[in-house]
Amino acid sequence: MAAFYSKALNLKAFRAVQSHLRLFCDAPKFPGAKTTWTQTLKISEAKQEDNLPVYRVLDKQGVVIDSSHEPKLSSEVLRKMYKSMTLLNQMDNILYESQRQGRISFYMTNYGEEAVQIGSIAALNNDDLVFAQYREAGVLVYRGAPIDFFMNQCYGNNLDVGRGKQMPVHYGNKDLHFVTLSSPLTTQLPQASGAAYAFKRAKNGKVVITYFGDGAASEGDFHAALNFAATLECPVIFFCRNNGYAISTPTHEQYRGDGIASRAPGYGMGAIRCDGNDLLAVYNTVKLARKYCSENNKPILVEAMTYRVGHHSTSDDSTAYRPKEEISMWSTESPVGKFRRYLETKGLWSEEEEKSWAKDVRKQILDAFNKAEKVPKPAWKEMFEGVYKDLTPALKEQVKEMESHLKSYGAHYPLDNFK
Amino acid sequence: MFMAINSAIHSALEKDDSAIIFGEDVAFGGVFRCTLGLKDKFGADRVFNTPLCEQGIAGFGIGAAAAGATAIAEMQFADYMFPAFDQIVNEAAKYRYRSGGLFECGKLTIRSPCSAVGHGAVYHSQSPEAYFAHTPGLKVVVPRGPIAAKGLLLSCIRDPDPCIFLEPKVLYRTAEEMVPKTEYTIPLGKAQVLAPGNQVTLIGWGTQVHVLLEVAKMAKEQLKVSCEVIDLQTILPWDKDTVCQSVKKTGRVIVAHEAPLTCGFGAELAATIQQECFLNLEAPVTRVTGFDTPFPHIFEPFYLPTKWRCLEAVKKIVNF
Repeated sequence: MAAFYSKALNLKAFRAVQSHLRLFCDAPKFPGAKTTWTQTLKISEAKQEDNLPVYRVLDKQGVVIDSSHEPKLSSEVLRKMYKSMTLLNQMDNILYESQRQGRISFYMTNYGEEAVQIGSIAALNNDDLVFAQYREAGVLVYRGAPIDFFMNQCYGNNLDVGRGKQMPVHYGNKDLHFVTLSSPLTTQLPQASGAAYAFKRAKNGKVVITYFGDGAASEGDFHAALNFAATLECPVIFFCRNNGYAISTPTHEQYRGDGIASRAPGYGMGAIRCDGNDLLAVYNTVKLARKYCSENNKPILVEAMTYRVGHHSTSDDSTAYRPKEEISMWSTESPVGKFRRYLETKGLWSEEEEKSWAKDVRKQILDAFNKAEKVPKPAWKEMFEGVYKDLTPALKEQVKEMESHLKSYGAHYPLDNFK
Repeated sequence: MFMAINSAIHSALEKDDSAIIFGEDVAFGGVFRCTLGLKDKFGADRVFNTPLCEQGIAGFGIGAAAAGATAIAEMQFADYMFPAFDQIVNEAAKYRYRSGGLFECGKLTIRSPCSAVGHGAVYHSQSPEAYFAHTPGLKVVVPRGPIAAKGLLLSCIRDPDPCIFLEPKVLYRTAEEMVPKTEYTIPLGKAQVLAPGNQVTLIGWGTQVHVLLEVAKMAKEQLKVSCEVIDLQTILPWDKDTVCQSVKKTGRVIVAHEAPLTCGFGAELAATIQQECFLNLEAPVTRVTGFDTPFPHIFEPFYLPTKWRCLEAVKKIVNF
């Protein structure tokens, strides 16, 4: 009897060891993947219940849900955040109108994405490098760009640091560590990976953040950038503003996966999805993302869910492709309003202050606007500058040619508007 | 020539701590051995493989350069540069201009093997210099051999503007010259008169320069015609003065390039030469080039601007 039991036990033990060995020693050895075998044939498909949840701190009313997630920000910083968002709103109001009046040629507003912009940049260091797309003016506002800066660029006048070379809203600011924007979408992403790599090698402690939208994430440069950042271990935050639309194209026609965040595991990267309309959630998210990047020298994908309240640009009328009710619903859900309620419950803002600040900031903006309008454009010769560090012989000849032409035909050119 | 290129990259990495070289298969030495031994010498963080993605290589290089690193990006074949065309043309070329000089990526050099190699066919033989020459803000350089390659590449790497350095791959192993071990640069934007002459100017770059040198010899022997051979070296910005000086002397000029005829870089040379030297010309500017077809495989001997087609052009031009 004892012999029988001992044999049975030994057999069980043997089977256990055998199965153990099979798991670890019989694992597939393909260089392409580290995984196990299966005898089950099934299609692996994502399920909606596995979709990445949206991290939030504030509820719809602007009340903190879990106080342990309330960031410890000083009243100066909190008020600065709110003032930045509202300044941005007012500036958008005035500049949008000015395009309608034919005073500037083009404009893009930021309505609905104020918290996305200010919440994210507030969580970074002042010298972390920013590669943006085009709907991130709030980043510059928060970092301290004076109102004149925006006005001068939109007017392309002689005070524009960009020297009148690009359309309005294509900002760039070296002192504020904000790389000049370009119209082609997503091109900034692999550049951000490269810059982060250079920073890693230079050991300067800086990280890079790059902003892009749900539409831009369809470009090949998105894939290139994330794959490079992951394989080359670059400290870069890929920040997606998922605002529901790429001009008229809704997200359902842009992708079928779970937003943009779900792509991160495909690259071996981590991801965080947050409520882009909740400034504190965005702040906490980017704070954590920065820590992660900086400590691990690895990239991370952040997806801030939000809604583009305004039209794509002054060349767009979004009522052509979405219901007015949808726009007004999200308008009322405003991230600015939510943050204001939060500040008021902390006694950091009031109705009086709202009125006086609105009046004050509007005046500041109008003054800057009127001033910028009167500044002449840069000298026409600047058209030839910056192609290369120095003018080539061919360019020098072309300058002479134009000079000579203007001597005879200058009356037909708007020379009076130029320096 | 691959050793000369290796030497130039070596110099760059040695003198400049920020310098990095990257691309597909760069780490083990590269498919043409241009980066052989560099990883062991300078480390895997400076000499590394990237994923297989030209638009990524270009974009990554632009960003690294803009952030202060000397970035040498390799595209495995010039035929595969096109996914990177947007980054090169819309971004790298315009970085300084569009930012009012606030940002620039001059520290970027993109180097890539180009041109015919005997069996490369449609996708391993292309000479894409014309596409990039049409883009203000870029510099485009093509060396004719090892000595030129080392000096020109070093100039490109140190140039304050983004450069495209196209390396005729057939020269990697066939071209042998006594290359100085020490460092030296050859200025960009300057053409070189290789063989003086006074009856016909022959202009080319890269591999074609050797064809033209032979044509000059044949023309002398068979036709008693004296040809002046110019290696353009830099396609953009190109040396108009040296070219026009020669054309004004000879009055007859033939431009030869492997790339197809229509809108090849010969067209730019022809247009400018006829504008600047019209009264000195004794005959129309002639171009001997690849035909307006994709680069064929089996038909390569018929496709290229051979010494026979060039010699025939010399014969025609002196008898115009």
